[in-house]
Amino acid sequence: MSDPRIAGASVTQFGKHPERTGRDLFAEAGLEALSEAGIDPDDAEALYYGNFMGELAEHQGHQGPLMAEAIGLDVPATRVEAACASAGTAVREAVKTIRNGEAEVVVVGGAERMTNIGTAAATDALAIAADDLYEVRAGMTFPGAYALMARSYFDQYGGSHEDLAHVAVKNHEHALVNEHAQIQKEITVEDAMEAPTIASPLGLYDSCPITDGAAAAVLTTESYAEEHDLDAPVAITGTGQGGDNLALQDRPHLAQTPAADKAADEAYGDAGVGPDDVDFAEVHDCFTIAEVFAIESLGFYERGEGISAARNGETTRDGDRPINLSGGLKAKGHPVGATGVAQLATVAWLLDGSHPRADAVPDSTVGVAHNAGGTVASTTVHVMEVRE
Amino acid sequence: MTESAQDGEYDAWLDSIESDDGYYLECSNGHGWLPPRRVCPRCHDQDLSAVDLPESGEIASHTTITVPTPQFEDDAPYVTAIADFGPVSVTGLVRDVDPDDVTIGDVVGIDVGERVTTGDRAVVFRPR
Ligand SMILES: [Zn+2]
Repeated sequence: MSDPRIAGASVTQFGKHPERTGRDLFAEAGLEALSEAGIDPDDAEALYYGNFMGELAEHQGHQGPLMAEAIGLDVPATRVEAACASAGTAVREAVKTIRNGEAEVVVVGGAERMTNIGTAAATDALAIAADDLYEVRAGMTFPGAYALMARSYFDQYGGSHEDLAHVAVKNHEHALVNEHAQIQKEITVEDAMEAPTIASPLGLYDSCPITDGAAAAVLTTESYAEEHDLDAPVAITGTGQGGDNLALQDRPHLAQTPAADKAADEAYGDAGVGPDDVDFAEVHDCFTIAEVFAIESLGFYERGEGISAARNGETTRDGDRPINLSGGLKAKGHPVGATGVAQLATVAWLLDGSHPRADAVPDSTVGVAHNAGGTVASTTVHVMEVRE
Repeated sequence: MTESAQDGEYDAWLDSIESDDGYYLECSNGHGWLPPRRVCPRCHDQDLSAVDLPESGEIASHTTITVPTPQFEDDAPYVTAIADFGPVSVTGLVRDVDPDDVTIGDVVGIDVGERVTTGDRAVVFRPR
């Protein structure tokens, strides 16, 4: 069993590109990843592609073969849907395919076109990741769901909206040098506190923006990389996935994310590492509170203690374990079906030193990507390590 | 939604709430769920029986939503809450109380009301 190497990766500029079709967004990322990898496209044997709302945003189903064609490949192509964890789940499928010996070169990616339908329709589309009968019909929106979780967290463990503001300030600051980021604007705690409320206690700056974008990566075996003299020092050494009840009302705790606990345990076990070995992580901060849940589930903090990490400067770029050096979903943007692969690319670039924030984690050897779907009813965790 | 077929056991459950005859499904180990369910997802028990829903529950968490989906455009701002009825929790709209006055632990009763924007039925909670 060979741990897949990341031979090349690419992300488009994340932002408002309402006129760009999903297939064009993915073509840009996919072709650049292939070229970056320096692999003969004829050697690619499969595509796993993440997308969440293609039917609603582009009236387009059956996107697997469409996207393979868009990057010039004639390979078995499978679309993976797990809400916001679609691309992380696609990565897991690609990892399994390579480990099983079924393919030597696999392309993995994702794309989402969202801003073309406007904020109201995008809010509507995002909401369908929740339980339609019991949540959406009771007015639950995506921010509303995380607001319920945030209020429950404050009630059970303490913390305040101001603690969350520090998460937003940190991630905005991290994104300042990321040219792929949707938002490159420094904000203050006051800005975040004074922003309009969208679903109390969460305000505008607690939420990631609505984003168009795509990401892609080319995975290959260690032996293929050696034979073809590829520059692919980063391996995916651990993969994990966990699930939970879809509806919040059916979970024993509103302020915990056991799906992520399970995914993290599995991925760490798979890689043979523990939370203390991890130098940095890209986590799914669709809302500021989601970063808090993520760093607790990843074992970096005890329950109830992740809330003060950003405020204490422990997760900033000069902190002990930087979180979301890309700017996270919060500032980088969240093209839903692409996010998990954009995280993978970011971790690889931070490990190989080519990311503009790599100076924050020099000599790092272990990075983690945490990608969560809906209210964390699906989560994937991937451990990546430098293997010269 | 008004023109489409009913949603089986879900609409039947709403009917039961509307006629003050609310219930939930309970497995042999006391785990509670709302229909339709054929198996307890926690313990795999398929012996689920209908049990009377307690008359009142407690707000477990709540949010005032100011940026709604188009289906709730005229409802906003509105309060969505999860209320704890013991073995089962239910999500609904909190009515008849100022959104700023809703607090975790508030005791509420359950009913069926209308959504302002679409007129569709929805679970509503009112202070008791
Ligand atoms: Zn049970």
